[in-house]
Order: sequence, then C-alpha cells, then structure tokens
Amino acid sequence: MKFRAKINDVGCLNHFTRVVNTITKLTKACVLRLTVNNVYFVLSGKVANGGVSMWCELLQVNFFDEYQLEGVSADSNEICLEVAPENLSRALKTAQNAKFVKIKLTKKHCPCLTLAAELPSLSSVSRVVTHDIPVDVIPRRLWHDFKEPSMPDFDVSIYLPPLKTMKSVVDRMKNLSNYLVVEANLSGEMNLKIETDLVSVTTHFKNLGNPPWADDASQGGGQSRPVEAMAHARVDIRKLQQFLNGQQVNPSKAMCNIVDQRIVHLILLQEDVSLQYFIPAVA
Amino acid sequence: MDCVSTGGNRVSCMYVTYNSYLVVLAKAIHSLSRIGEELYLEPMEDGLTLRAVNSSRSAFACFMLSPLFFQRYQAPPDQAFHCKMPIKSVQAVFRSLSSLERSVEKCRIQMNSEKSRLTITLHCKHGLLKTHNLSFQDCESLQAVFDKESRGNVLQAQPRLWVDTVLHFPPSLEEVCVSVSGERVWLKNHVEDDADPSRAMMTELCLSSEEFDHFAISSQNSITFCLKELRGLLTFAESSGLPVSMYFDDPGSPVVLSVSDSVLEANFVLATLSEDSHQHSHSNSKAERCKAQPPPDDFMSDDMDSYLIAMETSELAVPSYEPAPHPCSTNHRARLSSTRQEEEEEEEEEELLDRPPSKKFCSLFFGSVLPASTQLTSQTTRSQEVLASDSEDEGEKQ
Repeated sequence: MKFRAKINDVGCLNHFTRVVNTITKLTKACVLRLTVNNVYFVLSGKVANGGVSMWCELLQVNFFDEYQLEGVSADSNEICLEVAPENLSRALKTAQNAKFVKIKLTKKHCPCLTLAAELPSLSSVSRVVTHDIPVDVIPRRLWHDFKEPSMPDFDVSIYLPPLKTMKSVVDRMKNLSNYLVVEANLSGEMNLKIETDLVSVTTHFKNLGNPPWADDASQGGGQSRPVEAMAHARVDIRKLQQFLNGQQVNPSKAMCNIVDQRIVHLILLQEDVSLQYFIPAVA
Repeated sequence: MDCVSTGGNRVSCMYVTYNSYLVVLAKAIHSLSRIGEELYLEPMEDGLTLRAVNSSRSAFACFMLSPLFFQRYQAPPDQAFHCKMPIKSVQAVFRSLSSLERSVEKCRIQMNSEKSRLTITLHCKHGLLKTHNLSFQDCESLQAVFDKESRGNVLQAQPRLWVDTVLHFPPSLEEVCVSVSGERVWLKNHVEDDADPSRAMMTELCLSSEEFDHFAISSQNSITFCLKELRGLLTFAESSGLPVSMYFDDPGSPVVLSVSDSVLEANFVLATLSEDSHQHSHSNSKAERCKAQPPPDDFMSDDMDSYLIAMETSELAVPSYEPAPHPCSTNHRARLSSTRQEEEEEEEEEELLDRPPSKKFCSLFFGSVLPASTQLTSQTTRSQEVLASDSEDEGEKQ
C-alpha cells in the first residue's frame, strides 16, 4: 500500500486547504478514500453523528501535480483511512506559502499521513516542516460502509438561496427552537420554518428555480407532482447550521433535494469538487 | 516617567521618556504577566529590575532597565529595597498601549516604602493627570541562578524567525523540543509520555543554521521546555525588533532566552526536561564544550552580591566585573540535584498528576539568603536546588 502526492501550485494548495477546512467544520473524524482518480472524504450516517452523512469528492488531477497510488491489491486499487480532518487542516494552515507540499502514507509509530512542506526561508536552505498525522487503515471488509451514496428518490429538488443568507436566517432561528422544517416545491419556492409554543417564524424564499433532473429521477410512480405542493422535512437545526457554518468555498451550484419527511439532501457543486450532505428528518 | 523610591527620608525618582519607552515598559509588564501572577520590583542604583516567576518555579523572567531608560532616575539609598505586588494591578495601569502612545506625555513612578505604596502618575495631554496608587508587599529578593555565558550552545536570531517557527505549533501546545546539530536546528512538539502516542499529531520544523545571526553549538543536543513562556518573550521581542538569543546546555539545565540593547536587558529562564527521549544524540561531551561568544554586554555593574549567594548571573556584569567563582556548595548542590532528578520525577508523576504542564520540570534555583541545606528529600526544599550547571561540572548527567 503506497500513496504519494505533491502539490506545487499555490492556488491548488489554497483550494485544497479550503476544502479540508470545510470538512473539518462538519465532522471530527471521517474516512479518506484514495483512488486512482479521486480523493473522497466520507462520513457514513451513524447514530453517533445523528444519522448525518457526508460525501465529498475531489478530482485528484485538479489538485495534485504528482499522484501515485498503490492500493490494497490490484483489483481493489484504493486506500481507505480514518483521519481527523482537523489535523490535516492544521498541517495545511501553515504551509500556505510553501514552494510545494508533499503528502505521503508512512509508518511511524503508527500509520501516518505525513505532510511535508518546503517553506521560503531567509537563507539559501529552505525550511522544511513535517507533520505526521496519525491515521487508521480501514480493512477491506468494512469498505461497503463508505460507498458512494445513491441519489435518494426525492420529491422536490430546488436550488438553494445564497448560503450566507440562509446561514443568517438559520442562526437566528436556532435561538428559538431546536428543530426546523425545510420545505420546498417545484415552483422555486422554499420555506424555513420553526414552530414553538410561543412563536412560529417562517422565512420565505421565492424564484429559486428547480434543477432540471431527468424526468424519471423523481416524482415517484409516474404521477406528476403538483407544482405548488411542498415537500417538507423536519430536521435538527444544529445539523443544518453546522453545514452552513462550514462553507468556505463558493459553490457554482447549490441544491437541495427533499424526500418528504425523510431526508434533506444538500448538494454543492464546483468545478473540481462536490459535496453532498444528508440530514435525516426527525418526527 | 519618574520613579521615586522613598526609603527612610530620602526620595528617589525615575522618569521614563514618553511614548516609545513607556510603551516598552508596558510591554515588558505584559510579557511578565505571561509568566507569573506577581511582579517583583527592585529599584537600585544601577537600574530598575522587574521580575516574575511562575507558580511551579520552572519559569523566571527578569527585565533590567538601566537608568538611561529613564529621563530621570533616582535610586533608593537603601540597597535592600525589594517588593512585590499583583501584576494585574500594574497591568491595569498600562493596559491600553495605543492610548499610552497617543495621550501620555510622561509617567512618574514613585515608591514609598513606609506606606508600602507605589504611585504611578500618568501626565496626559491637556493637563490631565491620572494617578494610580498601588500597594506592595516587602519580600525577599527573587533571583534565579543561571549563567548564560557558560552555556555550550547559543542561537541568536531576529524575532521574526522565532515567531514564524512558533506559528507552526498550535497555541495549545505545551512543550516544544529544540534540537541542534551541526548545521541544523529542529523544533518539534513534545508529546507527554502518558498521552496516547498513536493519536497525537507530530510536527517538526527544520531550520538551517544560516538563518540564525549567531549559531554556536558545542555538541548535538536536544532540550524540551514550555512553549507558552517563550511566546511571552517573543511578543516583546517582536515589537522591540531586538534579536533573541537562546543559551542552553544539556537537558535538565535551564534554557535562557534573552534580548538586550543599550538600555535594557531581558532574560527568560525556563526549566527543561531532564530526560529527553527524543534526544538526537546521547553524547555529553562537555570536554569539547566551547564557550560561546557572549553578545556585547554593556549593562552596568550590579552590586547585589551582598545578599545573594549564587550571583552567577553575569548578565548584570560589566566588563570590569568578574563573575566570582562560586562557592563549592553551589556545585555540590547541582550535582546532588541531578542524581535525584529521576527519583523526584517519579514521585512527581505519582502525586501531582493535575499539576500545571511543567510537572516534570524541576524547578529552578531561587537564591535565598540562607545557604541551601543539603537535604533534598522533601518537595518543599526542592525549590532550593540548583539546576544551573556550571562550567566545572563534568558529572555524567542522565
């Protein structure tokens, strides 16, 4: 099992760092899947994290100038590691003006991802900073937990309003209630609602637009859904807030799929990276 | 700024020139507050000394301001005048550096030993006078024993270099390990032995000796000390632009960090771990130790030796002052303490698991008027051990 990669370009380094920072805000531990073409950060939905799951996919070639991978075996040419993204963030943070950054899978006192950055210095000899990030290798028999999630059979798919706006709305709503209802319809309307004994607050968004998925991707049963009908799901507001807080990258596309009373599925797409976040509904 | 000490009937004053020097004084006080809770003041004929020590006595800092630092300086006639006060109260006077810079024209410090009062008067713009009255307590002199000139290893660099390297380590990091050999300096985070080694992230930074203004190494070496206290000095050094020098020897003996210029000198003395499993080299070839070139030291002479036994602190020495060869009892204690360090460390670990981070650091020696007793069994007397190694010590330290 071997992994070796190098980032030479400062723009790629910054971008990669921002992606890692986003992941750090979403979870304390996640699985890093390395394949020949992609790098994935995966969080599988478990009771411990409130059933939330995450799938972040990066096109390796758009970040790394050198990338060599020898997976577990010839037919399973990938590596799965459990890592704390915060360590990765910390290591990348001080390497932002590095000439290059090398990432390697190593075995020190335990399996580690070693990040080495060559930094500019006052003398002819560069400064080198090395970070050894401990990781756990995930055995193949557990890999099924970390497969790409299938697109849920959603009832409504809608483009999200500007994330900043959503964040400020949700932040204020969090003070009033622990649960929030996300609802949307196929007319480009979305509402965020909270309801308590004392007060209910709803924020309405209009003219958001609905992504044009292929016709058979939704509307279960072949019946076409009335455009005004809202699909809604009630979620833990902190999960939504956590998602919105972490966003450092401005996505080119931001969408939300709702399976009525089941799941809120958030998708952020960018040229070389995509992030999916699943929040289960609560009763 | 004036400083007036009243011992008996005489009055002594010191002034600080406004603005730049006043801010330096304020920064020195802020720096000391990172070390300990109390400020020890000692006005003397040859300057004002400000000191602080931490609760476990493993970190000590000292700022010595010469009379030239002040517009007017009048020393107390009574040489044995020393006092201490809570540092927070002094910090409160100098809290806002920007307003000090903007509106204070002059600052007058007056000490009245009869009433145990320190009066700080800030003469501000538009005739505004702010007077602060603080009480202090008399105390024994506080002085750590160390001899930086005899250290085998000296590194000196611009503060920017130190600050940049320290940036790579998280603010929460307690201890850092500095290793030197040949042409390189390594800094890495130190992980406590009892922490889970498979969970901790290890960071190591390697610098070339060329980046240092001065690089004199006697042998490969590796020391571990508390990073937090170093940061206090670096904040001061960065604002003053003065190069920071690091003097050290083998693990166990304190590391001295210092900055100096013509009117002030600051020394931070930090204890180091006496057993360092991350040492790069095991050789303790003291025979090859070469004396490093001491940085130019034009500080005035100090005649405090009347009440301090182990005044090896040659940082106060002027070229004309020869550091007196120390009484053998000091050396004896040094050797004694080193053999007992391992025992004590074990004791410490068992008993004091919640202690502040420096639980494994043996405390520095603090000079007292009484010759230290040779019994080192109890922890209370530990504070009287000497850890400063002297140039004659060739006992094998482990």
